Amino acid sequence: MLIPCPHCGLRDLAEFTYVGDATRNRPILDAPEGDWADYLYLRTNPMGRHAEHWQHTAGCRSVLTVRRDTVTHEIFGATMAGTQA
Amino acid sequence: MRHSVFSLVANALTGNARWPRQWRAATPKPAYDAIVVGGGGHGLTTAYYLAKEHGLTNIAVVEKGWIGGGNVGRNTTIIRSNYMLPENSRFYELGMKLWEEMSQELNYNVMFSQRGVINLAHTSAQMDAFARRGNAMRLEGIDAELMTREEVAARLPGLDVSDRARFPIVGGMIQPRAGTARHDAVAWGYARAADKLGVDILENCGVTGFIRDGDRIVGVETTRGAIRAPKVGVAVAGHTSELMRLAGLDRLPIESHVLQAFVSEPLKPLIDTVVTFGAGHLYISQSDKGGLVFGGDIDGYNSYAQRGNMPVIRHVAAEAVSMFPNLARLRLLRHWGGVMDMSMDGSPIIDVGPVPGLYLNAGWCYGGFKATPASGFCFAHTIARDEPHALNAAFRLDRFAAGRTLDEKGIGPSPQLH
Repeated sequence: MLIPCPHCGLRDLAEFTYVGDATRNRPILDAPEGDWADYLYLRTNPMGRHAEHWQHTAGCRSVLTVRRDTVTHEIFGATMAGTQA
Repeated sequence: MRHSVFSLVANALTGNARWPRQWRAATPKPAYDAIVVGGGGHGLTTAYYLAKEHGLTNIAVVEKGWIGGGNVGRNTTIIRSNYMLPENSRFYELGMKLWEEMSQELNYNVMFSQRGVINLAHTSAQMDAFARRGNAMRLEGIDAELMTREEVAARLPGLDVSDRARFPIVGGMIQPRAGTARHDAVAWGYARAADKLGVDILENCGVTGFIRDGDRIVGVETTRGAIRAPKVGVAVAGHTSELMRLAGLDRLPIESHVLQAFVSEPLKPLIDTVVTFGAGHLYISQSDKGGLVFGGDIDGYNSYAQRGNMPVIRHVAAEAVSMFPNLARLRLLRHWGGVMDMSMDGSPIIDVGPVPGLYLNAGWCYGGFKATPASGFCFAHTIARDEPHALNAAFRLDRFAAGRTLDEKGIGPSPQLH
């Protein structure tokens, strides 16, 4: 897989570290325990298009939101995490 | 037909052309007393124990592909019970005892070979950790022995135990009763044994939806028609999330990841045990045909592709050569991938629910093969009695929200790291 880093260009998978599912929203600090359990433990785990956080650890070290297909491994684009795709 | 030395000789003399079918090609009935979705190792053992231990013989196993085509035929065949947490130790040790009598019980040779599993240590801290785990195992009545570097070297003549190794070996731990089995024979043997007890094994029968009566699941829609049953067990590790979505559950404590496995060209006998690298992640054994069977970590990102990527192949090859320098020019014969249910604490889920009429067996990470008989035994109990067996009482789905995770390595909810 090649991931298009917005800073470094198209780079090999081996330069990146997988962080995890980017579709979850961190609850506010005093949210009920159930919200925190959901956030920590539950995943949609889609078969198909997914949004994930990857860190370019052997490059610019930015955390990216990568849109990727979990069956074909096709990558549809990457943006800085926290910005709108 | 019962297998014996006489049936083997008779069939050998007739060119092995007269072996009968090992299980019927059943036609789906409109209704059963229970349905098990998934004809892998766990689904087949579940059906077998439902029929044998709980007298439920009007049941069906529904399999979208063919028996032996999924993860039961894609693993590296390692069987062990060298866990540290008591809930895991007890469960996997039940499995070990069932493995020890499996060939006799099924009248089918699963070629269970208790050749031992050796975990290598490369630091004194690792030896301390092995002493702790070994003692935890022995407290549960499981065999474990520490090994010095000399003992490791005597058992594994090809291993680089010199001080020049990239990660010099200081010793190891062995579970002598651990080993390997012929994984296809496990699937075939349980399919044949379940079939004999009256279980219908329905191949090429994919589930496309669940039949509901109010809140309750009362059957499945399949590619071979609707099949009703008051109890539906799901054992489809790898694709649990997608199947449970059809039952109305959008999120589970599971991610699907791909794990690769490798077989080399055949060699003369080199490794007569299973050995794992301690400075990375590699497990290697030698099959009866002579091929080295090995694997490492999962690829590390969500994937439903039954194929892997190059970085893990390179990594695994580098580890193998650092352990056994004489493998440097060995060629790979085959490599493939399987999709794993990676759970949030690295331990499995066997539970009633989470929807009435439904029972869940999932989250085996990449340790599902060794659990095959124990998983079926406990899941059958859970389905038949509507409550977990004592040995899977810690494997319930609500343990995550309740804060009772079973995290063998203390990693936390990062499934790619378990």
